[in-house]
Amino acid sequence: MQLNHREYAGFREGITVQDVIDENKFTWPKLVVRCNGKVIWPQDYAQTVLQENDDLEVIHLLGGG
Amino acid sequence: MIHICNVERYHAPSAEELQALRESHVLLKKYDYERKPLHRGYTDKILTIDVGTKEAMIADIPAEVKEKFIGGKGYCLRYLWDAVNPQTRWDSPENEIVMSAGPIAGITQYGGTGKTLICTISPMTDIPIDSNVGGFFGPYLKFAGFDALEIRGKSDTDVVVVIDATKGTISFEEAPMEHFDAHILCEELTALYADNENDKKNIAVAAAGSAADYCNLGMLNFSFYDPRRGVTRLKQAGRGGIGRVFRNKRIKALVCKIGGVKANLNDVYDFGLINKTGLKFHREVANNDAKQNDMRGVGTAYSLRTLADYDIVPTHNFKFGDAPGIDEMTAAVFKADWLTQGAADGCWYGCSMACAKASDHFLLKTGPYKGQRVCVDGPEYESAAGLGPSCGIYNPQEVLEINFYCDTYGLDTISYGTMTAFLMECYERGILNKERTGGLDLTWGNAADDLEMMHQMARNEGFGKIAALGIHKQKEYFAKMGWGDMNEMNDFGMEQKGLEYSEYSAKESLAQQGGYGLTNKGPQHDEAWLIFMDQVNNQIPTFEDKAEALYFYPMFRTWFGLMGLCKLPWNDIVPADNALTDDPKMVPEHVENYLNLYYGVTGQKIDTKEMIRQSERVYNFQRIFNIRMGKGLRANDAIPYRSAGPVFEDEYLWREERYDTQLVELAGYTPEQVKSMSLQERMAATRKHREDQYQKLIDAVYPKRGWNMNGVPTIAHLKELGMDLPELLEIVEPLQ
Ligand code: SF4
Repeated sequence: MQLNHREYAGFREGITVQDVIDENKFTWPKLVVRCNGKVIWPQDYAQTVLQENDDLEVIHLLGGG
Repeated sequence: MIHICNVERYHAPSAEELQALRESHVLLKKYDYERKPLHRGYTDKILTIDVGTKEAMIADIPAEVKEKFIGGKGYCLRYLWDAVNPQTRWDSPENEIVMSAGPIAGITQYGGTGKTLICTISPMTDIPIDSNVGGFFGPYLKFAGFDALEIRGKSDTDVVVVIDATKGTISFEEAPMEHFDAHILCEELTALYADNENDKKNIAVAAAGSAADYCNLGMLNFSFYDPRRGVTRLKQAGRGGIGRVFRNKRIKALVCKIGGVKANLNDVYDFGLINKTGLKFHREVANNDAKQNDMRGVGTAYSLRTLADYDIVPTHNFKFGDAPGIDEMTAAVFKADWLTQGAADGCWYGCSMACAKASDHFLLKTGPYKGQRVCVDGPEYESAAGLGPSCGIYNPQEVLEINFYCDTYGLDTISYGTMTAFLMECYERGILNKERTGGLDLTWGNAADDLEMMHQMARNEGFGKIAALGIHKQKEYFAKMGWGDMNEMNDFGMEQKGLEYSEYSAKESLAQQGGYGLTNKGPQHDEAWLIFMDQVNNQIPTFEDKAEALYFYPMFRTWFGLMGLCKLPWNDIVPADNALTDDPKMVPEHVENYLNLYYGVTGQKIDTKEMIRQSERVYNFQRIFNIRMGKGLRANDAIPYRSAGPVFEDEYLWREERYDTQLVELAGYTPEQVKSMSLQERMAATRKHREDQYQKLIDAVYPKRGWNMNGVPTIAHLKELGMDLPELLEIVEPLQ
């Protein structure tokens, strides 16, 4: 599985988007999450199970103007 | 939690006090003028005042200047260029302070439309500095009839300059009895020039503070009257020592009085479009802010806790990035215990983002106002991070007190925080000790002695005189005294071009190292904030990608400074469906809003290409201005190693695994080689790799910007931009 275009070493069976966010301490309030190009909304993070070939992007939007 | 309903009004100066102040004023000179109203965002007039001769002159702004320089920072730089020569230094009488708010500034229908840009030759960098500030003065200056104000000369006594648009007068007055510290001075002058309580909102004051008399990091406050609290509040043009220049000219304050703010004082081209665009934005803030950044609740300090999770918060002078005590001063703590909620805290009318938070009736524990209760603005992220974790301080009360004194004394919180952190590291390393600091114990986290040092700066006493110099000159002084090694101090003194770094640790983002190092004025993040795109999102992996970002973002962000716009409403809140757009990080709907605002105000249609072009002209002009003043070449874009990698052993060991892994993954060593290397060898290899990367980054960025490998804009590029002006060609031709 790819996380932000890098191989994700923490991939395991059953891992969800929420797990990836928690493990990486992605605490920034404005994230855009896409899995294989499709937007995943925050309410679906915990239910979205990732597969070995998934391309996950967790885009942190800029802040501070 | 404190709510605005429960905040008592502040005490205004009494009628007797005001009478005494009034009687002490001496009118030195007064001019009558006819106010030219705005049309489509412009008056096309500039006011020049010479505080030495006490002259006031009004001139037309030529059409060519308007076309190429647009307004705001563009106007400031153009007029500053014409005033100075390569030998001009910050304290030369011909050095000017130029301020301009830009064509969009002063509308009240959209968020963040009241910014003013200020430029001068900086006492810290010897090149032009630009700094932006909210508050009333810039928009009021426009309403008073002027797109720009240039101030030259030096007065021999302290002088207040009053632009009274209600009477059509400009006067120079001696005002001997008012205080020098900004929170009182601005209150006094607001009360003095207002006809009554209701009129206070029509008064704008610009003033520095008592420490700006002596300190290179002196800044300029702009006031905005808060009718709900009954207090004059302050925003800051912080960077680069503008307040020092202001006080060196012996200006005590500038006052601008208008007849009132109305919906369409800019006489815009399409008011309906501006209204519609504004309503959309306000709805978005109302619906999304609490779910996104909570700017209305805590201001920019929302990011303190979360940036620590990414190793970005400067900790102990940027040595580390995780701010281990940050839980004691998170946004939640500020919100629960310190910052008043529910107030319309915009620094200009109509800013529904309202991030100018305040701590009300804050009890001061030190200094000349000890025991008094005051209104403290902020702290913004930059102030909180620089004054707090960078100095090892995690107590919100202490951070607020330091912030308050910085503001009222006229000191830039960013430079003050970064400089104090440098001094604390010098103390840790034995470059300073109690004997050298006159008894100050500058151990990490010692807020009491930090504050005492600042009080000394304001009194021009003791070690305060050395603190007043800023890092660049402190390094020279410490080396001259034989206290410290210059090379070592260059590595960990977080300044470049003479300006202290703003508060983001860029070690893991090469693009942001460039975002700081390849700036015009020095290391301030307002040109490019690329850390997330680079370090976390991995959206710009190649040199080519990074170079493109370091071309595009500085130009895009410069545009806000031409217009009089605050950048925060661009991306600190985003539309709910922003994620579905092609390029969420650019917030395309907001960019569209800005093009609409420009069209709505000026009647000129532009696209993003022209937006960038407008900025690029001014950006290259500023680069050549730097070259003219003796900086602005590749050598001046070098950065302290601390901003790129670990200088000392404890710093490497803090993230040893990360650095070791990078030696394998990025620098071409095998795991076995890394294992066999000593700590010093690994540090040296890391340094070599990171320094090489920075040079390669420069090699990629300069051509993208149309510059040669020495960082000089090429003649072909200037021609393409329509900026092949003779005065620019004269500078760049010999350097092609
Ligand atoms: S977003 Fe904040 S700093 Fe910007 S204009 Fe609004 S209140 Fe002022």
